[in-house]
Amino acid sequence: MILWTVSLMTMVLWLALPLAASDTCAECHAALEGELQAPAVVFVNDVHRRVGFGCADCHGGDATAKDPEVSMSRARAFLGKIARSSVPRLCARCHSDASLMHRFKPQQRVDQLAQYQTSVHGRRLAAGDEAVANCVDCHSVHDIREVKDALATVHPLRLTETCARCHADPEHMKKYKIPTTQFADYRESVHWEALSRRRDLSAPSCASCHGNHGAAPPEVASVAAICGTCHALLEDLYNRSPHQPVFSSLGMAGCVTCHGNHAVYKPSARMLAGSDSVCSQCHDQQSGGGKAASEMGALISRLQKEIDRAAEIVERARRSGMEVSESLLRLQEGRQSIVKARVAVHNSRVDAVAEPVNEGLLIAAETYQAGEKALKERDIRRVGLSISLLAIFATVVGLWMAIRSIEGQSAGGSS
Amino acid sequence: MFSSEHDAAARRGWLDERLGLAAIREFIAHKTVPVHSGTVWYYFGGITLFLFVIQVITGILLLLYYRPTPGEAYESVQFIMTQVQFGWLVRSIHSWAANLMILFALIHMFSVVFLHAYRRPREVTWLSGIVLLALAFAFGFSGYLLPWNTVSYFATKVGADMAASIPGIGSYVARFLKGGVDVGGATLTRFFGFHVAVLPGLTTLLLLLHLALVQRLGISSPPRVVEESLRKGQKIAQMPFFPNFFLRELMAWYVTLALLGILAALFPWELGEKADPFLPAPAGIRPEWYFLAPFYTLKLLPGHIWFFEGELVGFVGFGLLALWWAALPFWATNRRGLLRSQLVSGVGIALLAYLATFSFLGYWR
Repeated sequence: MILWTVSLMTMVLWLALPLAASDTCAECHAALEGELQAPAVVFVNDVHRRVGFGCADCHGGDATAKDPEVSMSRARAFLGKIARSSVPRLCARCHSDASLMHRFKPQQRVDQLAQYQTSVHGRRLAAGDEAVANCVDCHSVHDIREVKDALATVHPLRLTETCARCHADPEHMKKYKIPTTQFADYRESVHWEALSRRRDLSAPSCASCHGNHGAAPPEVASVAAICGTCHALLEDLYNRSPHQPVFSSLGMAGCVTCHGNHAVYKPSARMLAGSDSVCSQCHDQQSGGGKAASEMGALISRLQKEIDRAAEIVERARRSGMEVSESLLRLQEGRQSIVKARVAVHNSRVDAVAEPVNEGLLIAAETYQAGEKALKERDIRRVGLSISLLAIFATVVGLWMAIRSIEGQSAGGSS
Repeated sequence: MFSSEHDAAARRGWLDERLGLAAIREFIAHKTVPVHSGTVWYYFGGITLFLFVIQVITGILLLLYYRPTPGEAYESVQFIMTQVQFGWLVRSIHSWAANLMILFALIHMFSVVFLHAYRRPREVTWLSGIVLLALAFAFGFSGYLLPWNTVSYFATKVGADMAASIPGIGSYVARFLKGGVDVGGATLTRFFGFHVAVLPGLTTLLLLLHLALVQRLGISSPPRVVEESLRKGQKIAQMPFFPNFFLRELMAWYVTLALLGILAALFPWELGEKADPFLPAPAGIRPEWYFLAPFYTLKLLPGHIWFFEGELVGFVGFGLLALWWAALPFWATNRRGLLRSQLVSGVGIALLAYLATFSFLGYWR
């Protein structure tokens, strides 16, 4: 019986050995050190490995041959380290093959190489500049993960850092003569806040405006169109506003002129009114445009103040335990009126801003009254409680006196 | 004057003949309560009863407006709290009294343990009390979902999912509780049914049995008081139940009422946000305070203990512990019938320490 078991196990091992030894690249490199070992270690997590690709699919050679002289020989089409200029075409061998990609990712685009060739990176690489980014600089080399993987270098939450590795490096960017403050500016923007704090993965990062594989700075004329991808209503209002033809003729880049590009701050009434407002850069404060801007700013400021005032009293009532969920809901509508008013600014007309502001002011007044009513109700409850407690206290004292009297009588009787 | 006294006596006689009031009067006149240093603990059973009565009254008032459907439950409670005259007070008192009732029931149970009042011949009284406590927990679990707010919805979901880990019958219990594969409208209607019909009916029956047994067997004196009286050759001091003890109990009820009023007026029970089953569960979802200790214990258990799932081991453990606790009067005495009072007190203290510590940890972590 023992002999039979040992024979069976030996047979199974003998059959399994060739299977286990099918990737000699990973086996040998895992046993090496430093740079030569690293690819074998990180490739374990690579998306390509998970779907069945191995080292030889990119580097050539024979992963089944045990002898390194054979496995890494020219006869077995071994390529060795891939030249930077060859990387995009190497990746495109599969990624531009629609029928092959369909087997793994039916929805994935197959025009990455074509797009890359239109990008600044691709054009410079074609011109012989190997310092520009190619596929592996953004996607990593042997640890490539799907975009949705939180550890991927191109995951929305990590993409800006990936771009910043080159674009925030003054040494690297020196010869291209482009600024390196984009990353720091973006980190102060409302877009980064939405992405990082609210975890809104649809919020824009570098690739949303510049493109990913076809990355290029937007043309001045197309800035509004790019912002309009998300802010469609605002783009429409801007295109119909008196600013559009003026900005266009002066070569000013639509949205960016007032809101900036990378450091896009949360809009406020201060952008409209005051000596350091955005509008004052072009409009004299006493001019028609300057006055209109100040008026719009004042309207929005007033609405913001009234909504804050109502929110404060409603919150006070809520903290006192009063049921004010309806008022809280109405306040949300009030805050939407502020957003609507800010949007209406793009009409460049005071009456267009006044309409949502008046709506919001009505809501603010209504919720403020509801807050006041709730606080009054709270005070009435407290008075009622005090009276009830006094009555209960008097009853308890009465009961205690009754007990004393009964027990006094029975003690007297028994003595 | 004489004729009115004569009339009153005649009316009493008429009622006595039909209701047997004379026997009740006789019983009450001779009913006494032992007086010793632990007499104060005798009031807690009565306070629990008082809170149950408040629950019934406020529950009936809430029933006038509450609607047990996912589309209307939250709005109907909101209506009660904002539009119905004193609706906020009734709902707050109902919620606070529910929690106080469980707190006082627990105090009552531990006072019975430490005064060793469970001992022969009061085993059935103890068992009926344990079942009443379990029913109070069931009231709490079923009532928690009824406002259909975010916290209650997800806490019920967690609780019902935990029930699925009960060995053997878990999936059936979970399905029975939920009325489907997930917490939804069917869960709400059946929880409402349990809360307002099944549980009150069962509780009333058991409560009557519990009270009848207390009346029949009288109020127990602690063993140390009995021993001391035997040693001194004196009878244990007694207080007439009526009016002496009754009036004191009434005082305790008024103080409880004042406490309820303060809690309801200064800290009205929050309604929270309406449940949205399509949203992810908010962070920090935890059950009511009286389920925190087992909840936290189950959270601490590793995924697997030996060959078994951690949660399964937890449930089996809690089940056995509950059975062992319910059987207290039967293991509290040795084969010679002598009370193992120190063992019982030690177990009682250990259980109290466990419940307090794990409830605290479950709340803060």
